[in-house]
Amino acid sequence: MSATPARSLQRLSFYVLLALLTWIFVAPLLWMLSTSLKTNPDATRQPPSWIPHPVTTGAYVPLVSMESETPVLLWFFNSLVAATANALLVVGTSVLAAYALARLEFPGRRVLFGLIIGTLFIPTFVFLIPNFLIVSSLGWLDSLWALIVPGAGSAFGVFFMRQFFATLPRELEDAALLEGANQWQIFRRIILPLARPGIATLSVLAFLTNYNDFIWPVYVLFSPRNFTLPPGLSILQGAYTTNYPVIMAGGVVASIPAILLFILAQRHVIEGVSRSGLKG
Amino acid sequence: MDTPTPIRRAGRATPYLFLAPYLVLFGVFVVLPALYGLWISLHDWDFLLPRKPWVGLRNYQNLFSPESRDFGDFWQSMKATGLFTLFSVPFLVALPLLVALLLNREFPGRTFFRAIFFAPYVLGVAVVGVLWRFLLDPNIGLINNMLSASLPWTTDLPWAWVSLVGMTVWWTLGFNAIIFLAGLQDISRELYDAAKVDGANRWQQFLHVTLPGLKPVLLLVLTMTILSSANMFGQSYLVTRGAPANETRTAIMFIADTGLRTFRMGNAAAMSYVLALALLVVSAFNFRFLRQEDT
Repeated sequence: MSATPARSLQRLSFYVLLALLTWIFVAPLLWMLSTSLKTNPDATRQPPSWIPHPVTTGAYVPLVSMESETPVLLWFFNSLVAATANALLVVGTSVLAAYALARLEFPGRRVLFGLIIGTLFIPTFVFLIPNFLIVSSLGWLDSLWALIVPGAGSAFGVFFMRQFFATLPRELEDAALLEGANQWQIFRRIILPLARPGIATLSVLAFLTNYNDFIWPVYVLFSPRNFTLPPGLSILQGAYTTNYPVIMAGGVVASIPAILLFILAQRHVIEGVSRSGLKG
Repeated sequence: MDTPTPIRRAGRATPYLFLAPYLVLFGVFVVLPALYGLWISLHDWDFLLPRKPWVGLRNYQNLFSPESRDFGDFWQSMKATGLFTLFSVPFLVALPLLVALLLNREFPGRTFFRAIFFAPYVLGVAVVGVLWRFLLDPNIGLINNMLSASLPWTTDLPWAWVSLVGMTVWWTLGFNAIIFLAGLQDISRELYDAAKVDGANRWQQFLHVTLPGLKPVLLLVLTMTILSSANMFGQSYLVTRGAPANETRTAIMFIADTGLRTFRMGNAAAMSYVLALALLVVSAFNFRFLRQEDT
């Protein structure tokens, strides 16, 4: 097929549109990075410049001091601990439960699965106040426990892993059963290795969900030393209302794990999202 | 749902042992709070006071009687949530669909662009909020500078709505686009070929092949988007702070403030069930309406 002028014009406009869209999506992030490397006068100078002049990491200095009112490094650490622990708990409990729901026969299996899935349709804000009280009576207010444990009861992980287990062939288990393996051995030696891609995807999704959650940590954490990044950024914005380089530096720090994880697991995350949305 | 052949020879307790750790969490942090919340909503429940007297349905009645304390603020916040949903959903459905159509072509680097458009979504609302607060700053923000204007993006209407909708589109467009893209790729090529043989142009192909083939996905995206827009909290909290005069304070923001700042938890719990019920009605209507059109 030879490229007619009309066709190449069409192709050109396609690439122009693509470039424009890419700029819209990338520019705000570049602006955040660029501002974080500016001095405050440089950040407010008109007209604004994309290249910091001079380049300085000064805005990051108040973030790394543990004595500061806004210890971003500490919040960063808290965030990583909470999200990692939560993801481990989500993956551990929901893989076990999903295996039973997908592969084992027991009375009430369908009803139980239905009940679990049903809770996906209750909006999360309904749980806000009762869970605050439950967490309070467990003595977990203002501690990372409040971020690690309650969210791990969510139905999503069970649903996701059950869909995954349901696609695995059954012959392997039958053969192992004939050889006298018990359920735990089958789960450990046959199912778990096969489920690795699903487990990896769920780990990333669970980590990001917890790492990015906003409303819950804003209300259950009170003292700045116990903050994670989301409530931290919110008070950072209050503390440095006129010093945007510092706020943007906080934003950059908070973005790093999410962006890194996304780059590493990009295909899994995107596929996990499109699959969990569709094949429901 | 498929029914896998059951495995025999499992010990009777085995399934429950596998389920136990999850069920403890599920029971304590999902089932219990769902019921506990109802119980709270039937009391005058102040977290800080020892007595929490039973008031029956009064918390609910108050939400519907104009002379009560919360009536005005609650419905103002419901209106803000409704307006945000109304303003944002058309953009959050139409624009991702356009982007998905763009990405559905075969061209080098398609996966790269898919990732670029999805990237903002992996950032939390906290990062997105503080970033856009800066971009939209009336005095030193990049947006006003690029427009050579001094529009009050965060403090006046209708600009505050434009800001909230715009940043939400930037943030979540990729999510819906990916789901649309998966749907587009499930539509059989043969249908397009057949349409071409019949002489259909691009627009006709879109209308008669793409849209019908995308219908279930469209319904899913529409419903999910309505629900997530109705859950909007962080954008208002961080960017407009509800301004001007609580016009952009959403229902969840008001519920959280009532329950978790002023600790009037009975009232807040009642509000959360009213909002949940409203969303349930909207979703049910959605499904019924779009299913019927199918016939």
